[in-house]
Amino acid sequence: MRKLLLESLIRPPLTERPPLAREAAIDELAHALDGAARKRLGRSLSIRAVDTGSCNGCELEMHALNNAFYDIERFGFRFVASPRHADVLLVTGPVTKNMREALKRTWDATPNPKWVVALGDCARNGGCFAGSYAVVGGVSEVLPVDLHIPGCPPPPIEILKGLLALIEE
Amino acid sequence: MPALIDIIEAGRPVEHHTPWRRAVVTPRIWNLAVEQLAEGRWSLLGLWGEPETVHMALLDAARGIGVISLKSPGGRYPSVGRRHPPALRLERAAADLFGLLPQGLPDTRRWLDHSHWGVSHPLATRPQPPVAASSYRFLAAEGDSLHQIPVGPVHAGIIEPGHFRFTASGETVVRLEERLGYVHKGIEGLMAGSPIDRAARLAGRTSGDSTVAYSLAFARAVEAALGVEVPPRALWLRALMAELERVANHLGDIGAICNDAAFAIMHAHCGVLRERVLRASDAAFGHRLMRDCIVPGGVASDLREEGEHAVRSVIVEIRQRFPHLVELYDNTASLQDRTVATGRLGVELARQYAAGGYVGRASGRDFDARRTPGYAPYDELAFEVPALQEGDVNARVWIRIREVEQSLSLVEQILDRLPDGPIRVDVTQPDGPREGLALVEGFRGDILAWLRIGEGGLVERCHLRDPSWFQWPLLEAAIEGNIVADFPLCNKSFNCSYSGHDL
Repeated sequence: MRKLLLESLIRPPLTERPPLAREAAIDELAHALDGAARKRLGRSLSIRAVDTGSCNGCELEMHALNNAFYDIERFGFRFVASPRHADVLLVTGPVTKNMREALKRTWDATPNPKWVVALGDCARNGGCFAGSYAVVGGVSEVLPVDLHIPGCPPPPIEILKGLLALIEE
Repeated sequence: MPALIDIIEAGRPVEHHTPWRRAVVTPRIWNLAVEQLAEGRWSLLGLWGEPETVHMALLDAARGIGVISLKSPGGRYPSVGRRHPPALRLERAAADLFGLLPQGLPDTRRWLDHSHWGVSHPLATRPQPPVAASSYRFLAAEGDSLHQIPVGPVHAGIIEPGHFRFTASGETVVRLEERLGYVHKGIEGLMAGSPIDRAARLAGRTSGDSTVAYSLAFARAVEAALGVEVPPRALWLRALMAELERVANHLGDIGAICNDAAFAIMHAHCGVLRERVLRASDAAFGHRLMRDCIVPGGVASDLREEGEHAVRSVIVEIRQRFPHLVELYDNTASLQDRTVATGRLGVELARQYAAGGYVGRASGRDFDARRTPGYAPYDELAFEVPALQEGDVNARVWIRIREVEQSLSLVEQILDRLPDGPIRVDVTQPDGPREGLALVEGFRGDILAWLRIGEGGLVERCHLRDPSWFQWPLLEAAIEGNIVADFPLCNKSFNCSYSGHDL
């Protein structure tokens, strides 16, 4: 282990340069966000991931945000274990009928001010699962959505650009 | 003692079912087959419904694969789960979706249907109005000072949703019961009546981590049904994608298992290697997870030149770095203390449930669909299927380590010998119903795809069986007698798919 740690000290860092916030996301948020709430949170956001029916592809890319290349915590983002600690619900998948209630309860357990980010094409409108007897549709059918991050699944860098838009001044 | 072939021949053969045979059998023959399963001579590969019909795919280790079907007027048929527990949840799911009534099924609670769909038996010929919701009765555990811990469906992490009900005596788990179905999207319902390309996209979104394996299973089933000859280059490129997917997932799992034992450095280093594989896959095929890259008839795009270079260099990097990580895993006593002898799955249960992938192979069942029944191009490639007997978390880590090594070698062999030529052929329209079956080895185990293509080349019925169907129940067995705090470790070492199971 010592060798590995030593190597990590002398190797150049793998971490990517910070991307710029996605412009489309900033535009979308301009209407949605209240400046005062943003000021209170500063540049720190706690994120609670909620899978409401995803194929787990979006989860894989969310996990990747924690790896050495993206290192999401350097921006002040943290994935937290409870909605009670969260500022943002990052919701993936079409909302299945079997998960609608759980999603609502998670939202109710999240303190104000709070935002909902719908991650991936399914979360926008149900994607290829829209119209099924078992699917409600996009996240906005159940909760007010502040930001969509498109993709199937969105690559980590795109998720990062979307989230950065949330904390940009 | 009948052989599977005898059972099939005793039934009425169904025409145009490829590559293995399907026969419609009588209840007597059906029961005879159930007997073989119960006595451990055959393995259950899948059980699925259609309106008034139930199908069962069987594996006779010596004589291959076959499907038997039973007409069930009014939905009634003799339960398989009554004698062979691995069929229990499959029968409960088919009952929810098609209104089938397995006679004698010991567990008649609904499984996928949580009373939220607004309809009962959505895939039956005539779906019924919803039945009023009743609360789900978890199985009892009795004894002094037992307490229950409910967990989920929303979990404390970036995980899929499902409910776990623990009954514990102090720290020790007495019983774990899973309740799944939260991410049921109705994939089979959406596929029915879909054109092949739309159904292929749905298949590729059944379980995101296995998108290559699912696309491959679906494509192979279509090609079997329609008699499509896939060009050799496409077959080899598919195998390249499948092995890259396997390496990426295993690397992620090895790191995540160590992370659940609070050994973060393995997670960090494995995460870097996993990311490199995803980037190389992106360079090679244009998508990090290679989603929609395999299509019926071949592959969607050819290997890019810079992609081949990227894949070769990631192989070199993993070969260089991975052995150090393996050594670290093997020599860290505090980590071994957590993984060795934790979450043991017995050899007998793994055999009974026909557990695929690392779950089966860590408990002595060395089944691998790439070898048996086997498919191109693996018959021309050299690889070993590792197997261990211990069945603990440690064994499931070691199987993954060995499989990473095997897959690296497979990737190299494929790149060295990749044939030239076209990468895709058109899929022809059938002039009548055609049925196909495929068994494909994903990183998690064998995925079964069965389908019927009917009028106008539309998918009439498609069933996809995730390896998790036979692994989830075993997690309940493996956790018994362990402490609650070791559940994340056990769960991650199984890494079952929620979405693949819930469909």
